[in-house]
Amino acid sequence: MIDESLRWVDDRLGIAKGGRTFLDKIFPDHWSFMLGEIALYSFVVLLGTGVFLTLYYVPSAHEIVYHGSYLPLRGQKVSEAYASTVGLSFDVRSGLLMRQAHHWAADVFLGAIVVHMARVFFTGAFRKPREFNWIIGVSLLILGIVNGFLGYSLPDDLVSGTGLRIMFSIVESIPLVGSYLAVFLFGGNYPGNGIIIPRLFILHVLIIPAIIVALLAGHLGLLVKQKHTQFKGPGRTEHNVVGSPMFPTFMAKTTGFLFITTAVLFLLGGFAQINPIWQFGQYHPYLISYAVQPDWYMGWLDGALRIMPSWEFVGFGHTWPLEVFLPAVLFPGLTFNLFLAWPFIEAKYTKDLAYHNLLDRPRDRPKRTAFGAAMVTFYFMLFSASSTDVIANFFQVELNIVLWTFRIIVFVLPVVAYVVTYYICNEMRAAEDVGKRKRALVVTLSETGEYVTHVAEPRPGDGHEEVEPVPVPTFIDLTPAELATDPGVRRVMR
Amino acid sequence: MVHEHSGPLPVAALDDPHLQPYAKHPERAQTVIAIAMILGFLGFLGFGITFWISDQTQWQAATLGVGLLGIGFGITAWGKYLMPQGPFVEERHDFQSTEAERDAMSAAVLQRGGMVVERRKFLGGLFALGASAMAVVLAFPLIRSLGPRPGRSLMTTNWKKNSLLVTVDNRPVTVDDLEVGGVLTVFPQGFAGVSNDQTILIRLADLGPSDPPFPLSPPGRTDWTAQGYVAYSKLCTHLGCPVGLYQEQDALLVCPCHQSMFNVLAGAVPEFGPAPRPLPQLPLKVGLDGYLRSQAGYDQPVGPGFWERP
Repeated sequence: MIDESLRWVDDRLGIAKGGRTFLDKIFPDHWSFMLGEIALYSFVVLLGTGVFLTLYYVPSAHEIVYHGSYLPLRGQKVSEAYASTVGLSFDVRSGLLMRQAHHWAADVFLGAIVVHMARVFFTGAFRKPREFNWIIGVSLLILGIVNGFLGYSLPDDLVSGTGLRIMFSIVESIPLVGSYLAVFLFGGNYPGNGIIIPRLFILHVLIIPAIIVALLAGHLGLLVKQKHTQFKGPGRTEHNVVGSPMFPTFMAKTTGFLFITTAVLFLLGGFAQINPIWQFGQYHPYLISYAVQPDWYMGWLDGALRIMPSWEFVGFGHTWPLEVFLPAVLFPGLTFNLFLAWPFIEAKYTKDLAYHNLLDRPRDRPKRTAFGAAMVTFYFMLFSASSTDVIANFFQVELNIVLWTFRIIVFVLPVVAYVVTYYICNEMRAAEDVGKRKRALVVTLSETGEYVTHVAEPRPGDGHEEVEPVPVPTFIDLTPAELATDPGVRRVMR
Repeated sequence: MVHEHSGPLPVAALDDPHLQPYAKHPERAQTVIAIAMILGFLGFLGFGITFWISDQTQWQAATLGVGLLGIGFGITAWGKYLMPQGPFVEERHDFQSTEAERDAMSAAVLQRGGMVVERRKFLGGLFALGASAMAVVLAFPLIRSLGPRPGRSLMTTNWKKNSLLVTVDNRPVTVDDLEVGGVLTVFPQGFAGVSNDQTILIRLADLGPSDPPFPLSPPGRTDWTAQGYVAYSKLCTHLGCPVGLYQEQDALLVCPCHQSMFNVLAGAVPEFGPAPRPLPQLPLKVGLDGYLRSQAGYDQPVGPGFWERP
């Protein structure tokens, strides 16, 4: 039956040759290679739950009286966007689960991208020939952050409205064109004429997801064409891939992982409350709540805005709001450009123009690893600086002290991280047999009364036998006689 | 030497170690996987029943979670323990073209392109002209149609001379409305709730009409207060958040967004945080009817900085 269907399709599309190659495709096994999969499957969950949400969400700032089942809001004037978001949470079956899973999936999506990117960076997977995929990956990170922010702004609750107000002011801070851009986008001085919500909506549900899907297709397509990188190991060279086959092993593992990722996101969505907008209330531009924080992936920008000194420059008949423009426009611009340009910067510095299919162990590239550690420290410190008020409250320290501490350690700690990481890498490289299991030394008393030291017997697992990697067995061309003597030899003409 | 198969395909050498299950005890692994899959099935069944009888979020998540985890764990373990692990190897084939192919490609581009441009420079120029014109004019509807020009909208507010202070419910504010230390968000009458007009009214002292005015520190501003009341724009000069927190004992207005603090006794100069400018102050007076009014509008644009701000 399957055989006949395949023949039927192959008569029309000729899929057998390429299809067979695809089934035999080898994926290297390493736990760190599944970080990108977490991002991919979170995105699948985002699409699924997102479609559900669009069936109920109304992208409109039009004011109506709330009549839903959440009693504290009854009779209040709210926007249709807010009312429909509360409505899909409480009056649509499974709605709250879907909405919270959607929000969690966005947070996990970006978290997985960041960790995946760190893995690619520290192992040197971005080197030639994979610069394009690094650039696509950084673009996906940028689009993910943008779309996360847009989605966060859609419910029109008090917290998201405050975020939009800040975004208006950030756009306004751009010299020369800022005030025009901001007013164009919002359809007037803040909060505009209500057009911003439908605009955010179409960007959030159509335009940016479409670009993300296209880039994802490119990301995976390049991965298939260029084949996955692998760590050094027995039988692994720059010219081969060692691992498990696409079908059935990798396909089973990755499908299982799709289910597991989805399970975790829905469990979070059901048990870990996120963004309870009914508690925040409808957004009004003159109201605000205490200790408001954006989603985690905006934290580094919020922190940069907080610790920036108040350097507004007035001159030449104009106001230059540098205290906003530098941390919120120029700084992220420089950040992402540095990320995009990194493979080329490194290649220029190391003069390494060779192809690389084998990954670096981070310790073997002490300077890159140290630089990466410094970057991670820098952005994590900025992220932490977005909680200055919470930290001051929690530890009962003066806010002024917290602020100045962050202004200093944001720059000092990365230097410390660089130096420490650099030395750790070099120490690790200098030590012999690092990472290998050590055999215990056993001291016994011999019959003559002497103490003798000898290496302990191998424990279970010590004597791991490596099987030589072979091509995926293909039996089409084999006669039974050859099969018996020479199993697993590929003779397919390609 | 591919030949036609009439009968069944040859069978794999099943004792090949590369095709062996990874598990030491495949039967046990099979049992565990089967239990996981059954749990998964029961989880999904449970979700169906939960959905049918109630909209209980935690039960829905729990059942769905068990279903997805059961199936997910089952398939993953099946793949890891019972399917061929290899290690298998695949050669990487160079995907880049040969030098000859590259030469042919560049030659085609350069020669044919050269032929076109060299021979018909004039047409090429016209095409470039038309295409650039298209790009420029198409940007107009894309950007310019989005909204109105800013005009004076960022520069001015609706506060005028003699504007009556009203609350967000349009209720006029009298001198008796606030205790000392009390704050209230006010708007000019007719514009309640307008973002740019939001103003924070603070009672600093309980002064009567005949008392000397409250000694606010910037010189020349003392008569901007009225019977111990002072009013500032509520839009933070940093990013435009409402400066909604008032710390009475320090007389500080605090912006919850990025912790800028403004000293209300000194013309709301920023004492801490990233805000660059004092909050603009609204000069107040008390009418004969006892209602608070503005002496004039704001003397400068409110809110965060922008290019056209003088």
